Amino acid sequence: MISFNTLNLFLVDLLSFLPDKLVFTISGLIMSVAICTFLIGLGSVYTWFERRVIARFQNRSGPNRWGPFGILQPIADAVKLLIKEDIIPATADKMVFIAAPIIFLCTTLLVYAFLPLGIDSQLGNINVALLFVLGITSVNALSVFMAGWASRNKYATLGAIRAVAMLISYEVPMAISLMGIVMVSQSLSLVGIVSAQSNIPFIILQPLGAITFMIAAIAEMSRAPFDMIESESELIGGYITEYAGMKFAVFQLSEFLAPIFTASLFTVLFLGGSNPLKFLEFLPIPGILWFASKSFVITAILLWFRSTWPRLRIDQIMGFAWKVLMPAAILNTLLVGLELVFIRDNYILQIIINMLIFVVFIYLIANILGQKRLKLKEPVPSELANMDA
Amino acid sequence: MYGLGLIKGLGITLKNILFLQRRNTTQYPDRKASIIDLAKLDNKNFISYAFTNPMKTLKSMMGMIVISDKVDQHPRFRGEEFSWYEERCTGCASCAKFCPLGIIKIVTDQTGKNYAEGQNYDIETFDIDIGRCMFCGLCVEACPYDALHMGSGFEEGQYKRNDLVIDVERLKKAEKKPSHWFRPQLEQKDDYSPFDEEIAWDKVGRHQKPSKKDLKNKWIRK
Repeated sequence: MISFNTLNLFLVDLLSFLPDKLVFTISGLIMSVAICTFLIGLGSVYTWFERRVIARFQNRSGPNRWGPFGILQPIADAVKLLIKEDIIPATADKMVFIAAPIIFLCTTLLVYAFLPLGIDSQLGNINVALLFVLGITSVNALSVFMAGWASRNKYATLGAIRAVAMLISYEVPMAISLMGIVMVSQSLSLVGIVSAQSNIPFIILQPLGAITFMIAAIAEMSRAPFDMIESESELIGGYITEYAGMKFAVFQLSEFLAPIFTASLFTVLFLGGSNPLKFLEFLPIPGILWFASKSFVITAILLWFRSTWPRLRIDQIMGFAWKVLMPAAILNTLLVGLELVFIRDNYILQIIINMLIFVVFIYLIANILGQKRLKLKEPVPSELANMDA
Repeated sequence: MYGLGLIKGLGITLKNILFLQRRNTTQYPDRKASIIDLAKLDNKNFISYAFTNPMKTLKSMMGMIVISDKVDQHPRFRGEEFSWYEERCTGCASCAKFCPLGIIKIVTDQTGKNYAEGQNYDIETFDIDIGRCMFCGLCVEACPYDALHMGSGFEEGQYKRNDLVIDVERLKKAEKKPSHWFRPQLEQKDDYSPFDEEIAWDKVGRHQKPSKKDLKNKWIRK
């Protein structure tokens, strides 16, 4: 079976006449360029897929003019964006303005460095890969703020301030919700987490952690219903207000890469990555295909959410992060800790307890936080209005 | 319970994509034809059509066949190109007088030729500046001889403002597809729809143009 490791060994064999360190560097470079190229290609095809599928969700047609089913639309978009004038505002901080989209794209692509895409298929395997992923995804808050601040535009700055507030808030429940799986798998490396799920995927074992991570991740990549950062209708695009042409294309590309990345991370952390489903184990399907199909399902679910729900207000977003997700993540960590102490090997009991508490928690939260209604005063007509005349 | 609305919404969108509900988008000016459309054009059942023309079926499934499509339009639509009947027009310039913007210029023949009885003036200039026109239709209301009608088209975009002035040559050459607007006599004609066919000058009026004999009788009676 072809995996990244065998490809890497083949490259090393090919370059064996060079000194050792050079061989390592060159083979690593070739592999990473291949992965980056594949991802960027995938991202541009994904723009077409997303627009088309969301259109069908909403009874529209989507792009359908250029090529069969409109599949050449990404090419048309790319050509249009590349030949546009590349404007930098006169008062902008030029260096930061240019650096922001590059950092945004780099952080998105860097995540794939330690993501196991199949059995023995990762660019690198470090023992703190999960920490690295969490750290590198928080850098995009920095690049968003760089873009907004350097634009010298009030809308961009406002969007960036909101963005930083939101991204940092959701960083906390996202990290805490992952503590449960770290405790169970006793490893921070993504390969270790995948191998710990060979029996039972963590989404069944820890539904509360999975749903918390999912919601926080949607907020992290700032898509609907958490797309407060961009909010085209209120902030004329937020931090990308002043961007045009190539830089805008880079921002768009990394934004469309984000759901793919979130889906693959969710697959690795909660769906068992490249492990086959238990009842379909006899099928001769390679691990990377399992990974791809699981990620595809998660991507489709993300699209479903995006096409259905309207955008939240900023106070609702912040309240949701601190009042709902934060307790959920802490409760999940507490539960997993207690279970590890008392009923470590009894998986069935753990699943039953966690599922029950998941349902009860959701019900309670919905009833406690949901009943608040705005109490508007009864409108009293002014005395000057003379309603009887 | 709070949050049930979110799940209901998810159900609606899921229904949309699973059962591929009818799209609300109207394609303009043309649309990709499905097999059913092609079969309808051929007056065939779409299954038999698919068996007889497999290549065309495959192409239409790829979305590579485009057919132009008529958009449903109201017959009283006030379109851009006016339908003007030279035979009916007497050059009275009522339309020019009633135009609130004064964008109609009408000049009749000034050579002073002696016309026979019942004959119209020649119209030398009839300019309508539709770049400034607001399509109120007062000119059409004002026309005593039903010579000027609103048109039914709307694809008159031009690159220069000057090209938006409709002159007499263009009015003469234009397709005579008058709209039903302010013309109840057209609405009563069941066999005429403004988007399908042209209509001749002697069929659009409330009253027909009198023959020479009738005119003579009128003069004699006076």
